[in-house]
Amino acid sequence: MESDEIPAGESAEPESSGITIKLDAFEGPLDLLLHLIKKDEIDIWDIPIARITAQYLEYLQLMNDLNINVAGDWLFMAATLIHIKSRMLLPPDPSSTTQEEPEEDPRKELVYQLLEHQKFKNAAQMLYTREEVENAVWHNPPQDVVEDAKGVVTVTLFDLVKAFHEIVQRFDAQRSMEMMQEEVSIEEKIEELRSLLLVHDRLLFSSFFQQARSRRHLIVTFLALLELVRMREVWLYQKKAFEEIYISKSKSLGETF
Amino acid sequence: MEVKELQGILEAIIYVAEDPIRPEQFKEIIPDESFDNIELALKNLVEEFNSRPGGMIIREVAGGFRMTTRPEHHEFVRAYLKSRPNAKLSMAALETLAVVAYKQPVTLAEILAIRGKKSTSAVQTLLEKKLVSILGRKQVVGRPILYGTSKEFLIHFGLKDLSDLPTLEEFAQMAGDQL
Repeated sequence: MESDEIPAGESAEPESSGITIKLDAFEGPLDLLLHLIKKDEIDIWDIPIARITAQYLEYLQLMNDLNINVAGDWLFMAATLIHIKSRMLLPPDPSSTTQEEPEEDPRKELVYQLLEHQKFKNAAQMLYTREEVENAVWHNPPQDVVEDAKGVVTVTLFDLVKAFHEIVQRFDAQRSMEMMQEEVSIEEKIEELRSLLLVHDRLLFSSFFQQARSRRHLIVTFLALLELVRMREVWLYQKKAFEEIYISKSKSLGETF
Repeated sequence: MEVKELQGILEAIIYVAEDPIRPEQFKEIIPDESFDNIELALKNLVEEFNSRPGGMIIREVAGGFRMTTRPEHHEFVRAYLKSRPNAKLSMAALETLAVVAYKQPVTLAEILAIRGKKSTSAVQTLLEKKLVSILGRKQVVGRPILYGTSKEFLIHFGLKDLSDLPTLEEFAQMAGDQL
């Protein structure tokens, strides 16, 4: 069981630094009860309800001291335990024919619930093992590790505008002389980008602007790129936020030709 | 077509397929072959392929066939790919998933009864990971949502189909032994 490391039933001051509660060890009240039962090797069919109730309430108090938010489920179980305890203290109903029909054990329902819970904990363990195995195999294409699929951030419009702004600034700083006005249309640029992507799987966003010779050319190039993104022919991504932006063809690009 | 030849074709298709590929899909690709022949070739292929001590195996997952690396080589494959193990499911999510898998179609209230704990967020996680899907609504007061496992669930846990899961009785036996 995963919960062995939890000190059970020990008196604990919340101030003492030695106490660490692994929160997910006790997922819920049933897990705590199962832990208490296993710890003392209690026979599930004969639970000493007074002792278990006391230990359970002790834990609840401890969780309270540690400022762990105790949800309603925990209180409901506490009430259930106390109810069972009180029923067991009651003398048998004198009006019923006690000898022939012994009253049902008030613990029975709880025991079945515990067994049922343990059953599904085992099933969860089985799923865990299977998941381990599945994590140890790769298939073609290894979808877990394709560079473009995971650890990749889709670029926001703000990233794009910022990247473009930087390019324009760099262009302004480098410009040594005015070039002749050249007319480039968005359509031409789109065709250019398409043919570039036929050869390259991906392009650096900034490199795409290198051959631009005027501000106008830069802007036309940028608009062409936006148009291709809008038509879903290309997608833009970065390895991490605020890093270099890449241009890559989308899967459907082939079909548009 | 010779069974041997057919076997080769099936092997090639399984190699390139992105998802586990079902026998019916082979039939669509090779319509001239009888379904019986395809199934025979598949059976031979899997037997022969998996008996050789190679690095790959063909596994039956989610009702289809998929070629994967052998689990025992995972350390080296991982070292080459430099990938970290996938983010695994928490125990809470696994427990909830176990309840859904065995009790489907199941409502949140029924999950609560078994786990003794509210499981809304666990179910939410499982829905997001597409391991669990919504099957419909129960025709009782309040019409609660019914949950069940998805095909993704079978793939994630390497199961042929739901009957590939051990029976609940086996776990009951185990639980009895543990307590």
